[in-house]
Amino acid sequence: MRHLMSPLDFSVEELNQLMDLANDIEAHPEKYAHACAGKKLATLFYEPSTRTRLSHEAAMLNLGGNIMGFSSAASSSATKGESVSDTIRMISCYADICAIRHPKEGAPMVACQHATIPVINAGDGGHQHPTQTLTDLLTIRSLKGRLDHLKIGLCGDLKFGRTVHSLINALVRYDNIEFVLISPEELRLPSYVRKDVLDKQHIPYEEVVRLEDALPELDLLYMTRVQKERFFNEEDYVRMKDFYILDKKKMTLAPEDMLVLHPLPRVNEISVEVDEDPRAVYFKQVQYGVYVRMALILTLLNIKVE
Amino acid sequence: MVKNTLNIGKISEGFVLDHIQAGKSMEIYKHLRLDKLDCCVAIIKNAKSSKMGKKDIIKIECPIDIIDLDILGFIDHNITVNIISDEQIVSKKELRLPKEIKNVIKCKNPRCITSIEQELDHVFVLTDEENEVYRCKYCEEKYDSSQS
Repeated sequence: MRHLMSPLDFSVEELNQLMDLANDIEAHPEKYAHACAGKKLATLFYEPSTRTRLSHEAAMLNLGGNIMGFSSAASSSATKGESVSDTIRMISCYADICAIRHPKEGAPMVACQHATIPVINAGDGGHQHPTQTLTDLLTIRSLKGRLDHLKIGLCGDLKFGRTVHSLINALVRYDNIEFVLISPEELRLPSYVRKDVLDKQHIPYEEVVRLEDALPELDLLYMTRVQKERFFNEEDYVRMKDFYILDKKKMTLAPEDMLVLHPLPRVNEISVEVDEDPRAVYFKQVQYGVYVRMALILTLLNIKVE
Repeated sequence: MVKNTLNIGKISEGFVLDHIQAGKSMEIYKHLRLDKLDCCVAIIKNAKSSKMGKKDIIKIECPIDIIDLDILGFIDHNITVNIISDEQIVSKKELRLPKEIKNVIKCKNPRCITSIEQELDHVFVLTDEENEVYRCKYCEEKYDSSQS
């Protein structure tokens, strides 16, 4: 039985198959409308995450399946002291597949060791969030037509942003990838990613502080939010939160075919006026998130649709 | 004049762990769970060594198949493991870094599931042999021996 713990669980070839399937779902949704009839997805969310939970649930409902689960630890047996391993054993008797989000890193790994159904890691603390990475890859491949030969700007909180770390790990497997790391000094990409991933694999990158300097040469700009919960004091957060604001004026510096992605939710880092720009694809990205999760559910349940 | 010397006799079957860094023998005693064995164990601390200045030695009198010595590769792969049979050294075991270590070291990451999940094994996986890097199987936090 197969689970999804990390975006690197799938080989490049398997990822291509998954994305081909997602694109077929996008083109022919009716073909898949009953593919999971009679199947149940359990969403075990030990911490609230409306977007990720609803995206998984929408994916299962689009496939004609059913959903069940809880949306916070408070409404689960965790408050009674039940372990993850006991909960997943029980859920395995109720559902056919599950998506788990947990504040503790590695909780989905514990779940998959005891589950008799496929487990999807829907985010574990600051560790992994593989379905977001699959979403990002599918968005780039669908709208850019390729995942290689790209110059990618990563902007904002590169220190704590796990989506950025996962995306880097996933993209370095493709040819001719180049990164421009745009962040204030305090939120630089950690050395374990710079040295252990980029330097080790000889991936070209440059670090800049000004977004305007990087914009003219990018194929893709991946914006991130400065997350309040990562800061120990309010003062530092306030100083950092509006460090980057992408607005209409800055977008004039960007190439005409550059895409702007964002894992959402956004706060101030992308001005609302940019939403109308055809290069702003972050809401399309949300839609691709549903397609890729539909493809993932079908793949993990080993359901083939002719 | 008779010098004060400490003599520990030969063992007929078992192991002699030599060239242990001075002061590390009790740690090894604990990790090999020698306290659980009903056999004769001698720990020699701070023995003179031409190579190391001072060293520790552990002699274990036991059947050679009852102890798993792989963990020694993680603790210190410079230790010499002599395998004894009929009071003679019959072979030396080459120590390698174990691929996986279970319940020997603990994950220090407070955000790791091992910090709250009941009776969960602490498992570390060798992710970079060249640089001797072990990471927690669950949260992938790097093990930092200076924090132990």
